[in-house]
Amino acid sequence: MLDRFFGSVGRFVIRWLQYIGEVVMLLAETIKQLKRPPRMRHVFWQMAHLGADSLPIVGLTLLFTGMVMTLQIAHEFIRFGAQSTIGGVITIAIGRELGPVLVGVVAAGRVGSAITAEISTMKVTEQIDALRVMATNPIEYLIVPRMIACMAMVPMLTIFGDVIGIMGGWLIATGWSGISTYLYWNSISTFAVVHDITGGLVKAAVFGMFIAVLGCYCGLKAPAGAEGVGIATTRSVVSAIIVIFIMNCFLSLILYK
Amino acid sequence: MIELKQVDKSFGDKQVLKNISFRVENGETLALIGGSGSGKSTLLRMMIGLDRPTAGEIWIDGTEITQLSEDELDDVRLSMGMVFQYSALFDSMTVRDNVAFGLREHTDYDEEKIREIVREKLLLVGLPDSEDMMPGELSGGMKKRVSLARALAFGPSIIFYDEPDSGLDPVMTRKIDDLIVETQKKLGVTSIVVTHDMESACLVANRIAMLYQGEIIAIEKPEDFRRMKDPRIREFLGSFAID
Repeated sequence: MLDRFFGSVGRFVIRWLQYIGEVVMLLAETIKQLKRPPRMRHVFWQMAHLGADSLPIVGLTLLFTGMVMTLQIAHEFIRFGAQSTIGGVITIAIGRELGPVLVGVVAAGRVGSAITAEISTMKVTEQIDALRVMATNPIEYLIVPRMIACMAMVPMLTIFGDVIGIMGGWLIATGWSGISTYLYWNSISTFAVVHDITGGLVKAAVFGMFIAVLGCYCGLKAPAGAEGVGIATTRSVVSAIIVIFIMNCFLSLILYK
Repeated sequence: MIELKQVDKSFGDKQVLKNISFRVENGETLALIGGSGSGKSTLLRMMIGLDRPTAGEIWIDGTEITQLSEDELDDVRLSMGMVFQYSALFDSMTVRDNVAFGLREHTDYDEEKIREIVREKLLLVGLPDSEDMMPGELSGGMKKRVSLARALAFGPSIIFYDEPDSGLDPVMTRKIDDLIVETQKKLGVTSIVVTHDMESACLVANRIAMLYQGEIIAIEKPEDFRRMKDPRIREFLGSFAID
């Protein structure tokens, strides 16, 4: 009984360690390929395809998050006479944590799944083998442009999301909680600093890198057949979201000591 | 020239290829036949460097490829082309872009010269007006022909065909077989054709090799192969057997 328990725990740990090891090796191989100039046409195409199309959902997510956060804290802050800090608190929360994490999660669902579906379909239809046969490195051709595009687009989406989130907070602060526009914006300039936003953007770039690499890894490892594409896509999104939350904790410790 | 010396391949505990040795001379066409799961496609993938053998040596035009890095293999692959079982055309590109892919990747040719080569190769495979079509608009036979045009675009000295007849009707199968023979005659390329169709093998090949449970049990000229008495071969030959 105990043997079986520890056996299954051991197998689970080994499977995860193998998975992490393979992802890290793919990431290292992708970074190694950066010694060659990236295919900028592919990078821009991926940026438009993967990033720009995510603007509406990022805007909606951060708008309502900023609104509901202000709704929750404004009442308490006013009770303690701290209404002059609301704008700053919302900006710090969105800039440091909520902006990059929520945009990362949205991108993992939208962008990561699209990358995995495309790469896994290419794999099951032998298109990846065709690239190799034609002496073209699939990592350099497929993964590098997607990684650069995600590392550029997730921070850009985060800037957009931060602005929309802060605007959402302002809407509720002025329209519902009776705080003046001057007080809200003055609070931002008093309490928030540029690093609150730039630190979040560094996080977003790291999340973008992992979303792309995990998406590609799961696509390359997709089991054969149409069902395999579905399994790989789900695995990619779940892994990326888990990595985003774990990495966010470590990055916060490093960036906001 | 292609030469395999005592090649083994295992996946985990399962050995799929055992002690494979043969040699294919320049300009020769070898058909690899065998039942499903006999290891034909695995052998083909190893010859083009997509998989590595567990043991043994594979020589391509004087270069032993099993120990090469992926970058070194790419240099060898430039002299090879492959027609995949399901064509493996890039479905986001037009026929023109598919055929031009290798040229754009590995040459400094201007676009006009690339277009000229693409037109020439598509004419060779009998699809002169398909340049602007997408793979999704092509029939199975047309895809195979575009795949061959793509394999030929770079002027390879060796072409691998992985079940070029699979999924095609008998008429289209014969057309593809004729195309393989024509390509060999016109360009003098060395070819390896993996197939389970005896008629195709007899039509296109100078020699036929049969894989049975991971081992080569015979390599003979088609007429000699059809006369062999080995019951494993007789069973595969069926109506093609000659007494």
